[in-house]
Amino acid sequence: MSGPERPRSELLLELADDELVLGWRNSEWTGVAPFLEEDVAFSSIAQNEIGHARALYELAAAELGTMADELAFDRDPDEYRSAPLVELRRLEWARTIARHFLYETADGVRIDALKRSADVEIAGLAAKIDREEIYHRMHAEMWLDRLQGTHDGTSRLREAVEELWPYALGVLDDELRPVWLEHVRARLAFPLPEGEPVTRGQHSAELRELWEEMTSVRRSAPAGASW
Amino acid sequence: MIYEVFRQERKGQPFQHAGSFHAPAPEFAETYAREFYGRRAESVALWIVPRDAVVQIDDFADELGRTYHRVDGYSLKGKLKEARERAGTTAV
Amino acid sequence: MSPREQAFLEYVQSGGQVEAGDWLPDEYRARLIKFIEMHGNSELMGVLPEREWILRAPTLQRKLALTAKVQDEVGHAQLIYRVVEDLGKPREQCLDDLESGRAKFHNVFHYPTKTWGDVGVIAWLVDAAAIISQKALLKCSYAPYARIMKKICWEESFHILHGRDVILAMMLGTDEQRELVQEALTRWWGPLMQFHGNPIAPEDDPMVHWRIKSQGNEEARQQFLDGYVPQVLELGLELPDPALRKDEETDRWLYTEPDWDELRSVVTGHGPRSQERLEFRRHAREDSSWVRRAVLAEAA
Repeated sequence: MSGPERPRSELLLELADDELVLGWRNSEWTGVAPFLEEDVAFSSIAQNEIGHARALYELAAAELGTMADELAFDRDPDEYRSAPLVELRRLEWARTIARHFLYETADGVRIDALKRSADVEIAGLAAKIDREEIYHRMHAEMWLDRLQGTHDGTSRLREAVEELWPYALGVLDDELRPVWLEHVRARLAFPLPEGEPVTRGQHSAELRELWEEMTSVRRSAPAGASW
Repeated sequence: MIYEVFRQERKGQPFQHAGSFHAPAPEFAETYAREFYGRRAESVALWIVPRDAVVQIDDFADELGRTYHRVDGYSLKGKLKEARERAGTTAV
Repeated sequence: MSPREQAFLEYVQSGGQVEAGDWLPDEYRARLIKFIEMHGNSELMGVLPEREWILRAPTLQRKLALTAKVQDEVGHAQLIYRVVEDLGKPREQCLDDLESGRAKFHNVFHYPTKTWGDVGVIAWLVDAAAIISQKALLKCSYAPYARIMKKICWEESFHILHGRDVILAMMLGTDEQRELVQEALTRWWGPLMQFHGNPIAPEDDPMVHWRIKSQGNEEARQQFLDGYVPQVLELGLELPDPALRKDEETDRWLYTEPDWDELRSVVTGHGPRSQERLEFRRHAREDSSWVRRAVLAEAA
């Protein structure tokens, strides 16, 4: 995942873009989650993700000589390094929980590796992020257990996991993916699906649509305008 | 199930009732309590209790004037005045 | 009125408060439920005009702030419906009545939001109008409601600051940005003036009678104008009412009489976005009904 040949800013942007796009997707549930208590909880998760994105962009921005908002908003859609999994628009609860679980488990593996990074700044930020992500993982597992406690919940969850599986495989690279697979296998009440990874670097049309909407207000004023 | 939440604002403060919410199970209750009463770090601690576990008591019998164990059962003014007169002293 | 009801009335009129388990006169309970339910409905419906702008917020900070603001409103709806439930009306029934149009929500949430200017105006002025009413409810005779109002007022304190910050950033920006603010303000002024309701003398208001409300509608409006007209004018913005001014002698604001027919029509579901938003809620709730069945013991 990271090595001397990989620019640090590239790694940071990959993480940041994942968190920004997922946070954006998760914030779409604000006001329309299945019940009010969950609405409030899920909104905090979305806010945390955007907060993580911001912190990661700030680290990258310091290196690249720009600002976090410019990295978040002012690149062309093709320049984002987000995983296809987070880009999908799925305002349906089984898919949301499936993605939440699959992503948070993958992110957990990734962050865990980064906590041991020789890069002090990255290791420090990874530790901070992980302290919030613990709650995300708890939340995802809580929902997984609850849904898998009923026949209807299990079949819906299974359908969702199967649909998202190729995209989920594309979040991590070959080095970290096996650890993630073991975590997932341990929690799912059904066998792991089959599929080939949909890897990073391929963006769906959904990302461009998201980007158009996300940047619509920002683009209505000249670059550098105050908001 | 409905859960009641008690929150402690600062260490040393009493836990005070803060509200209630629905949750399907204890793990959910913990998550939701955290969100509703702690997402702004406005509490240092929370107690969450299923509503069924809370027993309300609001009737108390106090029929026969039991002032002997309350401050209002002791009026010393008159006796103090008399005692000072006897001793030839004034109030301190 | 029975002696027991009379005693209750005297008790609340002298400042007494009651709890969920206390005996409540039927009329008091009914009025309370209707009033509090409308408040819960308003918090929930208020989410819809704002949430589409979460998706379009132009900076990370604004996106976080707006998400947090809307999250607060959902949280307030939860607190408020819990109070209604403990009075005897289940939340699912409240949501049924909201979605079918049997129950009402405040006028301002029936209107469209057209630009980022609306986002600022709503957070600054609509929230300000709401907080004035909410502060007056801190003294409600029904204690569980008064208690949640405390938490609600505390959380709403950042909403107004956020709104004002959004507006200020635009007023310090380009001509187009300033025009966005002015245009939004012009559109929202009518609904804002209607927000506190048509003037009913406190003596004639049953809500004041039972000490559910402690402030008359006109008092609330005057307080709003006192607090916020200066804030609007100091930015160089214009208000679309030529008759709006403060009478030096009476120390009261004078203004063009709001269109009370429009208000009545809007709150009964004929506003520009009323049906679309109710349909949106119906749809969202239907889609997730399997989740509630799978998860909540007392699901409808």
